[in-house]
Amino acid sequence: MNTMQTTGENLIEIRDLGKTYRRGKQAIPVLQGVNLDVAAGDFFALMGPSGSGKTTLLNLIGGLDVPTAGSIVIGGQRVDRLGGAALARWRAAHVGFVFQFYNLLPMLSAQKNVELPLLLTKLSAAERRKRAAIALQLVGLADRAGHKPSELSGGQQQRVAIARAFVTDPTLLVCDEPTGDLDRAAAEEVLGLLQRLNRAHGKTIVMVTHDPRAAEHATHMVHLDKGELVGAARVAQPA
Amino acid sequence: MKYFSLVWAALWRRKARTLFTLFSVLTAFLLFGMLDAVRTVFNAGDQLSSGRMIVSSKLSITQALPISLLNSIQHVPGVKQVGWANWFGGYYQHPTPFFPNFAVSSNYLGLFRGRYELPPAQARAFADTRDGAVVGAALARQFHWTLGQRVPLIAGIFPRTDGGNDWNFQIVGIFTTKNPKLKAVEQQFLFHWKYFDEGNAYMKNMVGWYVVNLDDPAHANRVAQAIDALSQNSDHETKTQTEQAFQASFAKQIGDIGLIAGGIMAAVFFTLLLLTGNTMAQAVRERIPELAVLKTLGFQDRTVLALVLAESVLLIVLGGVLGMALAMLLTPMVSAASGGALPLPPLGLHSWLLALGLMLLIGLLVGALPALRGMRLQIVDALAGR
Repeated sequence: MNTMQTTGENLIEIRDLGKTYRRGKQAIPVLQGVNLDVAAGDFFALMGPSGSGKTTLLNLIGGLDVPTAGSIVIGGQRVDRLGGAALARWRAAHVGFVFQFYNLLPMLSAQKNVELPLLLTKLSAAERRKRAAIALQLVGLADRAGHKPSELSGGQQQRVAIARAFVTDPTLLVCDEPTGDLDRAAAEEVLGLLQRLNRAHGKTIVMVTHDPRAAEHATHMVHLDKGELVGAARVAQPA
Repeated sequence: MKYFSLVWAALWRRKARTLFTLFSVLTAFLLFGMLDAVRTVFNAGDQLSSGRMIVSSKLSITQALPISLLNSIQHVPGVKQVGWANWFGGYYQHPTPFFPNFAVSSNYLGLFRGRYELPPAQARAFADTRDGAVVGAALARQFHWTLGQRVPLIAGIFPRTDGGNDWNFQIVGIFTTKNPKLKAVEQQFLFHWKYFDEGNAYMKNMVGWYVVNLDDPAHANRVAQAIDALSQNSDHETKTQTEQAFQASFAKQIGDIGLIAGGIMAAVFFTLLLLTGNTMAQAVRERIPELAVLKTLGFQDRTVLALVLAESVLLIVLGGVLGMALAMLLTPMVSAASGGALPLPPLGLHSWLLALGLMLLIGLLVGALPALRGMRLQIVDALAGR
């Protein structure tokens, strides 16, 4: 078994992971025999060409989809064995999501978007407001709390999405091409923010990207090709 | 309640569409409120009629009965009081506006306890005046009639013995009613049957129907059978029924109002169901990626189902309550504009409860399919736009 490992205590342990989609009678294998360990506090960049299966792997790690083979253990929990409702509860408690196209709710203000995951907690309305305000402050958008997504730039929208992802203080952040729709400056800002969440707040991050410059912000880089892990490297970080 | 802001925001995601849909729901429930008021008017009467029965011809209510039946009816065990009336069908100056006018027995007003409010002095004046008439307050207002005024009615059916059609009456009383559901009686014109019987050239010693008050409402069936047995196998067989049943058969001369109102409402609500169903389906279809985001964040399938259903119910309830409130405002205006010809009662608790029940039912029906779609969506497919 060829397992891509990092140092430290593992937060994520993936063994012999496979995912096959069915389109009618046709079986389309997307991932095969993937083994991967991610230590708590790592910032992992998943790279690979289009169709290599990196988003599928990210969806499986984030509990958005279930594998057809193998196992995924995250924080000691067999995520692949969780059913719909339990998986939803697990996602709410442990994972923050950042998407390429931000996926903010257009009719809600930035503040209300960030409060969304907190609706699933038992926090009072005042406490939800307070926590969302702090999260927006951390991403530098305290003064834009009342603005709707359409009134924000792409970079600002992605920062709101990041605030939404970490407002519940999850163990893991999964990011799917978070800079894919941004210009260089905005992308740097977002990557810097993710890096800060990783280094200063100890968040474990798994990020899918096809951009090598984005991947350089991670601590580790793995490559996928045709559904298989083909290489891993530790990224040299500037002092 | 913590999800209310989310439901409210989703509802107003497309303001123009929501406003147009709200307007159609409002219109449907405005129509419902008005038609329910009309239905109530036509069904009114039974509240005060328990213990009161009407004896009319078995063949048709247009067939008269002999006054000689009076004595026999009075002697049926269980009968407390008997009065009678005859449809006159006259009009004042012009055939329209129409108002009901009857020739009645001298004890007629007293048979309907609590229905006609007439000052005692005016009641005495009515008893003492051969050609006296008592009229409803709404009718008096409509034609600006005052006490003591002489009013000619033109006979539509019954000419006078001298061949003329003009019947002269003196207004000696103006009555009101305290029951808002019976406001229609304030449109009536009542005069003495004796004056009518002596003066008309068409029929003698005949009455349109008898009004029978019972000792005990529980004996209604037995008394009705006994009264009908009096004229069995004669040329004037009777049909004795409750006042409400009699009024319903009277109203059915125009048509089955309940059936007409029900038919209109069914068509309106069916259209509303299709219209708002399509709107909700479209609204949810547009928001599939957003619902997928909610699920990604950890919202349960059933929470997504409830959010969409709540949105749909909120839309219908909002429009429905506005429509019913508008109907409440408009019914007195319509009553006033009709000059009392259509005295619509205020919408009661029963109408509101029925409307709220309909709102919830329509909201749930309209939201069911989109909500199920939202509940069942696969996050990965929805996020990928598949």
